[in-house]
Amino acid sequence: MSQTQVRSGRSARDSSLAYADNVRPAARYPEVAEVIDRYRGHEGCLIQILHAAQGIYGCLPLDLQMFIAESLDLPLSEVAGVVSFYSFFSVNPRGQHTIRVCLGTACYVRGGKKIVDHLRESLGIDVGETTEDGKFTFEIARCIGACGLAPAVMIDDTVYKQVSAAKIDAILAKY
Amino acid sequence: MSTVKVKVNGMEVECSANDTVLEAARLAGVDIPTLCYMRDIAPIGACRMCVTEVSGARGLVAACAYPVEDGMEINTNSQKAYNARKRTLELILSQHRRDCLTCDRNMNCELQKLSKDYNIKEVRLGHPEDMVPQIEDSMIHLIRDNSKCVLCRRCVNICKETQSIGVIGPNDRGFATQISCAFDRNLDETACVSCGQCITVCPTGALTERDCTDKVWNALADKTKHVVVGTAPSVRVTLGECFGMPIGTNVQGKMVAALRRMGFDGVFDVDVTADLTIMEEGTEFLGRLNSGENLPLITSCSPGWVKFCEHYYPEFIPNLSSCKSPQQMFGAMMKTYYAEKMGLNPEDIFVVGIMPCTAKKYERYRDYQDAVPGIPDVDASITTRELARMIDTSGISFVDLPDEDFDPSFGISSGAGLIFGATGGVMEAALRTVADIVTGEDLDTLDYHEVRGTEGIKEAQYDLNGRQIRVAVASGLANARALLERVKSGEASYDMIEIMACPGGCINGGGQPIQPQSVRNFVDLRTLRAKAIYSADKSMKMRKSHESPVIKEIYDAYLGNPGSEKAHKLLHTKYQARSKYPGVAE
Amino acid sequence: MNLVRTHVLVCGGTGCTSANSPALIDEFHKELDKRDLSKEVQVIQTGCFGLCALGPIVIVYPEGSFYSMVKVEDVSEIVEEHILKGRIVTRLLYEGSLDEMELVKSLDETDFYKKQHRIALRNCGVINPEDIDEYIANDGYQALAKALTSMTPQEVIDTVLASGLRGRGGAGFPTGRKWQFAANEDNPQKYVCCNADEGDPGAFMDRSLLEGDPHSIIEAMALAGYAIGANQGYVYVRAEYPIAVNRLKIAIEQAKEYGFLGKDIFGSGFDFDLDIRLGAGAFVCGEETALMASIEGHRGEPRPRPPFPAVKGLFGKPTVLNNVETYANIPWIIYHGPEAFAEIGTEKSKGTKVFALGGKITNTGLVEIPMGTTLREVIEEIGGGVPNGKKFKAAQTGGPSGGCIPESLLDTPMDFESLAEVGSIMGSGGLIVMDEDNCMVDIAKFFLQFTVDESCGKCVPCRVGMYRLHELLEKITSGNGTLEDIDLIEELCYHIKENSLCGLGQTAPNPVLSTLEHFRDEYVAHVTEKRCPAGVCKELLRYFIIADKCTGCTACSRVCPTNAISGEVKKVHEIDQDKCIKCGACMERCRFGAIVKI
Repeated sequence: MSQTQVRSGRSARDSSLAYADNVRPAARYPEVAEVIDRYRGHEGCLIQILHAAQGIYGCLPLDLQMFIAESLDLPLSEVAGVVSFYSFFSVNPRGQHTIRVCLGTACYVRGGKKIVDHLRESLGIDVGETTEDGKFTFEIARCIGACGLAPAVMIDDTVYKQVSAAKIDAILAKY
Repeated sequence: MSTVKVKVNGMEVECSANDTVLEAARLAGVDIPTLCYMRDIAPIGACRMCVTEVSGARGLVAACAYPVEDGMEINTNSQKAYNARKRTLELILSQHRRDCLTCDRNMNCELQKLSKDYNIKEVRLGHPEDMVPQIEDSMIHLIRDNSKCVLCRRCVNICKETQSIGVIGPNDRGFATQISCAFDRNLDETACVSCGQCITVCPTGALTERDCTDKVWNALADKTKHVVVGTAPSVRVTLGECFGMPIGTNVQGKMVAALRRMGFDGVFDVDVTADLTIMEEGTEFLGRLNSGENLPLITSCSPGWVKFCEHYYPEFIPNLSSCKSPQQMFGAMMKTYYAEKMGLNPEDIFVVGIMPCTAKKYERYRDYQDAVPGIPDVDASITTRELARMIDTSGISFVDLPDEDFDPSFGISSGAGLIFGATGGVMEAALRTVADIVTGEDLDTLDYHEVRGTEGIKEAQYDLNGRQIRVAVASGLANARALLERVKSGEASYDMIEIMACPGGCINGGGQPIQPQSVRNFVDLRTLRAKAIYSADKSMKMRKSHESPVIKEIYDAYLGNPGSEKAHKLLHTKYQARSKYPGVAE
Repeated sequence: MNLVRTHVLVCGGTGCTSANSPALIDEFHKELDKRDLSKEVQVIQTGCFGLCALGPIVIVYPEGSFYSMVKVEDVSEIVEEHILKGRIVTRLLYEGSLDEMELVKSLDETDFYKKQHRIALRNCGVINPEDIDEYIANDGYQALAKALTSMTPQEVIDTVLASGLRGRGGAGFPTGRKWQFAANEDNPQKYVCCNADEGDPGAFMDRSLLEGDPHSIIEAMALAGYAIGANQGYVYVRAEYPIAVNRLKIAIEQAKEYGFLGKDIFGSGFDFDLDIRLGAGAFVCGEETALMASIEGHRGEPRPRPPFPAVKGLFGKPTVLNNVETYANIPWIIYHGPEAFAEIGTEKSKGTKVFALGGKITNTGLVEIPMGTTLREVIEEIGGGVPNGKKFKAAQTGGPSGGCIPESLLDTPMDFESLAEVGSIMGSGGLIVMDEDNCMVDIAKFFLQFTVDESCGKCVPCRVGMYRLHELLEKITSGNGTLEDIDLIEELCYHIKENSLCGLGQTAPNPVLSTLEHFRDEYVAHVTEKRCPAGVCKELLRYFIIADKCTGCTACSRVCPTNAISGEVKKVHEIDQDKCIKCGACMERCRFGAIVKI
């Protein structure tokens, strides 16, 4: 069955295209503005600013990206293109804690996938999602460089080694 | 610059040491296929269609980026290169919705042609049954369908580099990569200016203009409608390309004949209202020159530029000429002066503009564009390409048509009106008239060469009766941006600026015939098309707008003087600042 | 000044940190304070010792006692017995450090360290990476001083050339030549970059180096800057390595304070500054042009070469880019001279290489061996072989760009040329061991999934080709493949290799090609017999209950998540194949070995 996906605009009349509001994302992000000031004059700092902004606000929603685009005089599409390219950046609010199950080769060979399956069930969310209570964001990592400890799981900045399905429940209970 | 000798398929050619393999092959008369490469933009090496065998390299090289070396042997058609291109094509086709028969670009598609050239008989990969159209039609002028996108990024590059807008770009990565607006929002939620340059570079049917031909056919079929058509200056020198004629052929006479055969009740020339624009804008300019207010005056004929100004440089809105564009003046005059003259009810007149431009489709919906309140000045605006399609539908053998003249009531115009079609033309036309008015003489100076040509930014200074007039001309919005920044910073100052959204002006507009990139990369489209315009201008007896008898009659019989209250009511408009992020609430 | 009689080295690498080594340090301080020993015993947090599987690791000098898997509770015993009373706590010692007579061997004599030769890792696990003085005490910044005060930039390049050092990031391009190209460019602005975007799944030597010896990287980059005429350097490091980033930051601050970075270093008139740029999770940024695009703040998409970075690199300026391990060798080479380095290794591959041992191997961890050591020596002697009595099947080197080496080729020397000959690559040094339980088609698919996810999406062969390749492998592992598909897979692999824009695509089919070469029978079994010989590919698996062994205990049916197992108590049970999701829970639960998978 084939169906056409059509996304039309609001209306073809011009008046809907004209916005008298002339929206400029206001300086609602003083901390980010400070970071941007610090980088001013340095070439190619977009990714560093995005890191800092995500560090402060937890994620990079549309209006924050607009603010950054405006401050750096870049097209919004470029900022959004960069954000969507790198897996470290997120546009949605993240959980209090981020669980990253390593699926690097060593961890995969040693059963990292089983932990993913287990967490999918026990957290009730899929990879890339955040639990309803906003506690955990569940992600897969591409080798966190802890291959000697496979399978490894990283929660925020802490690495847990030789994790099993049973062990991960006990670990999560601590958070 | 030093030159080197290389061999292309055994044939020796001499080329510049800075040339790429692609350029050297072209010198030898060999086209290497490309999908992503654009001459004016750094090669990105994404499509891999141009892979070629050269001596001294380990494997195949991307001809678009690989530099020549003295003594290099280039084999463009080796078995290895042929197989590689064929497989790459197969991969592209595995991800492309192949509905060629019903595609806007059927018979004019670069991918289709490559598929034919490389004898693709089967696509062994992919799931054609799962491919559905992904239509985004939020804009008035354009329809996007990412199911046909091959991710060559030409649109991205022309939008960002040539036009300095960048409302579309690559998002996500890997197989999920798609060309879209930030956050996958609709184009009408961005500050897209509707220039349509992206359409002209798209190799497939992923980006097309919104077709309005049905609307015109319906009007023509409606016996209660008096359907009039006006053709923009540049259309006559490009339309022939759609019928296989050489680039730069002037087909004015055949175009008129075709339109008449299609059943239009009046076949008119928008050059007339270009002349009218000069009368109004020239008067406006002299007024500002005297008062010293809102200088520089910046032209407003290009709706893509006007929208750009409203989104990105609202501080220059007071500088914009308040004149409507020639298309809108044409519509306004049709629904008022012409209606009166012909004893028609304006509501029964259906005005069609044939334009080189996609932004004109949007322009007709702008506010303050109704000379008769509540009735739009223009009822349909179609591009050169759509006109060609209509001529094909009519079964008219275009190349065999006799030459005919426009209907005289709105068909006699000056060379000044005609040169509106190329960058610098509006400025030159204005200078021809303004100089006469200022000096009070009928000057012989007609050619203002400094403002001609396809360079992005041109400047000149003219002495008009002791008064120094500084002018600048920019085409392409990145050039416009650069120019405006200089004005803003005080680095440069001018009395009058002409800006055209499209590089080279209307002759290279977003609604013009699509030439494949292989032509665009190696043929100077803009120069060839512009040449046809300037040679027609040169051969005309009447080359100043204010000398046109039609213009004289319009003012004498209807408008009074240029800049009169009535002229203002009918021929002028207003602008408004627009957000760079429409639709995003604070 | 206090005389320190004993040093307690506690590993602060990522492995041991995750095994709670920071708590050990606190505990040592507490216990030492209690006994008033703090002044004569120094506790040092070091970088990685390499033997991560046995963490946390504590070494007590001067005896060199190697304690493994130390718990917080053990600390008071070590302090009381070993440090206070001089009696080594034998029960905590690493087994491999005891000889047949249960006598303690020196660390260098253990199987794990015996065949190693630590140049890049010379300071890892030896010094406190957060203390510049310790680095200086171990000849740190001597090479920079030597170069800046007594060598011309060309002499530095000549030294690196003479050493025969080749890039440790994978491709093995001679480092000195790269420097020479950049030095030859006439441009007032040049850059030195360090690729610390270690992304190969299965490699973590760069992480350990940055965590264990950050100053050696700083010193090397300053040397590179001096050699090519650059005054600015960037370290591009993964954001996933917070400890490494932090230690690097500390090290840069200290180096600035000591005048090893900044203006007029050693009064030579040479200026050099260093900044950190964080990656943001894109494997392709390990490719040099993508890395530079990323430092410039763009999407990490590669661009065509030429022009090469040495001519037109970061911000369009001549740029030298080397990886962490390459840099770690540089100060040693300058200080000890090129001959000392060139003596080690093989004719074309000089020096040593760090490998990250992982997978089905007893001693997982980091090892540094002379080039040319055989794969067998590394796996069987240093790595201690495959654990749990399983049979070795293949060793994977080079990560997603590399290949799988079968048992018959275990005597392959580990050097650039030999590994390429057997269809793999050196890569950045990941070495993953697979045993009989690993399905090679599944492994190929795993690597492909990785490259499909990490492809930047710019060029057609990699973006579309890899995706289609993965689809074909999926078809095979799900039992729907045909022999023609195998041919198509091979055809696609070669097409992608030969036509992709960058190194990622050009090497991404290697895992498929090498498994097809060495383990083609496994592919064929999936296709013709609809069978996964290793019992991994779920769609091809069937779980059965052996009637003779089943006692009817019902344990399996209780654990089955889909109620696919039926049977009355004390009677033979049965699995409904339609309901079974092949999770294997029943097999794990069965105490009688009555459940088998085929």
